[in-house]
Amino acid sequence: MQHSRIVITGVGLTSPNGNTLEEYRKNLLDGVARIQMADLRYIGTVPAGVCDFDPKKYQTRKELRVGTRAGSVAIYCAREAIDDSRLDFENYDKSRIGVYVGTTEHGNVETEHEVYNISKFDYDTKFWTHHHNPRTVANNPAGEITINMGITGPHYTIGAACAAGNAGLIQALQMLRLGEVDFALAGGVSESTQSFGIFAGFKSQGALGTHPTDVNKTSRPFDKSRNGIVVSEGGCIYTLERLEDAQARGAKILGEIVGYRINSDASDYVLPNPERQAECMRQALAVAGMEPGEVDIVNTHATSTPMGDIQEMKAIAEVFSDCPSTYINNTKGYIGHCMGAAGALELAGNLPSFQDNIIHPTINVEELDPECDLPNLVINEPRKVDAVKVILNNSFGMLGINSALIIKKFED
Amino acid sequence: MTEDQVKQIVIDIIDEIAPDEDTTGLKPEVNLRDQMDLDSMDFLDIVMELRKQHGIEVPEEDYPKLASLDSCAEYLTPKFNAK
Repeated sequence: MQHSRIVITGVGLTSPNGNTLEEYRKNLLDGVARIQMADLRYIGTVPAGVCDFDPKKYQTRKELRVGTRAGSVAIYCAREAIDDSRLDFENYDKSRIGVYVGTTEHGNVETEHEVYNISKFDYDTKFWTHHHNPRTVANNPAGEITINMGITGPHYTIGAACAAGNAGLIQALQMLRLGEVDFALAGGVSESTQSFGIFAGFKSQGALGTHPTDVNKTSRPFDKSRNGIVVSEGGCIYTLERLEDAQARGAKILGEIVGYRINSDASDYVLPNPERQAECMRQALAVAGMEPGEVDIVNTHATSTPMGDIQEMKAIAEVFSDCPSTYINNTKGYIGHCMGAAGALELAGNLPSFQDNIIHPTINVEELDPECDLPNLVINEPRKVDAVKVILNNSFGMLGINSALIIKKFED
Repeated sequence: MTEDQVKQIVIDIIDEIAPDEDTTGLKPEVNLRDQMDLDSMDFLDIVMELRKQHGIEVPEEDYPKLASLDSCAEYLTPKFNAK
């Protein structure tokens, strides 16, 4: 079957260490992590990645009072992406735009806030807000984008645990190829840092990261002393178009999505399965019609958990065992785990490599875990290479959902 | 409590729930929705804040009595004074 080629023409993001791609990329190349101690209800102070974008840039104070944090993150990223794409948005047919936003979860924050609110009224439910349902419906972050921007095409969120960012992009690609929409806003968002339950759940699981002296070293994938995740918020939304449409309007093209795959471990609620992860990467390569050795960068999902990092490296070793020019990196040492935004944000951090041929390193590795030691893992210092033309972006999640996205430098 | 004091309570609540609106020049006899960008959810917020902050209950059939500052004062002042 002949498919339309789908290209990325804009990006808007907020991460704990940057509110534009330029700022974020600079901090990745300069090794600047930005994690802070956040004070959360019940659980106390915990390391967290918090974004400092200005929500009032695109929302009224009333919108901020009524909506959700995930909605604000989504709106900021979507508006920035449209701006970056230089689409004539005012005059574009808004019914032909689709909005596909990945989320790990949605509604925990709002529900926790509301339970706390009624606890002040002896749990009398007549004090439960009428805003609860519109805030917690699963489509909320995507829906808030459409309300804020007047987009009348389809919108929904993709619930895909921490593979959600990739899943949002894959959904958009498919809808563009089906002709359901002509332009898509797609990616992932997270507001998880406002939910004590997410932190407490990871803590009970023994998967919440700590560091004895430096909060910015808490998230340290592949380091021998790593001990868990840093939960972060963030967002990254891309504009996607069919190649012919992008070229017709003279858009700049940041990359082409040439391969993708989502599969399922079908084995455990939380433990990853390297066999299925490897299968996911191989199937994405098959879609792209590529051999593993053609990939220049593999962005790992590794979250700084003792077991998860090893499992992913096993999968990568299996697929890329004989690929001397394939480099491996990771972004979570800088920004923690941005949950539903992770896959989309981490891809954005690597996209500028198509222009500068520099691969940002995984940081905070003081003693490399021998079980994570792959030959081309880029550690602590950026690596300049001759050319970066293909990025494979891994993103995995609970319940055994795996995703791999392959982006190619655009060549007509 | 006087009707003017009740009007000020309602204005304070509107300032909280509609922070983008300017409430300084509100005409007491004119419908609030004709002077400001308020929707039905905002009126539910007014009802909720009266309940939370002041223990005042407004049954659904009485919502139309919150239409203007004057009608709010007329309807709510006896409720405040009966507390």
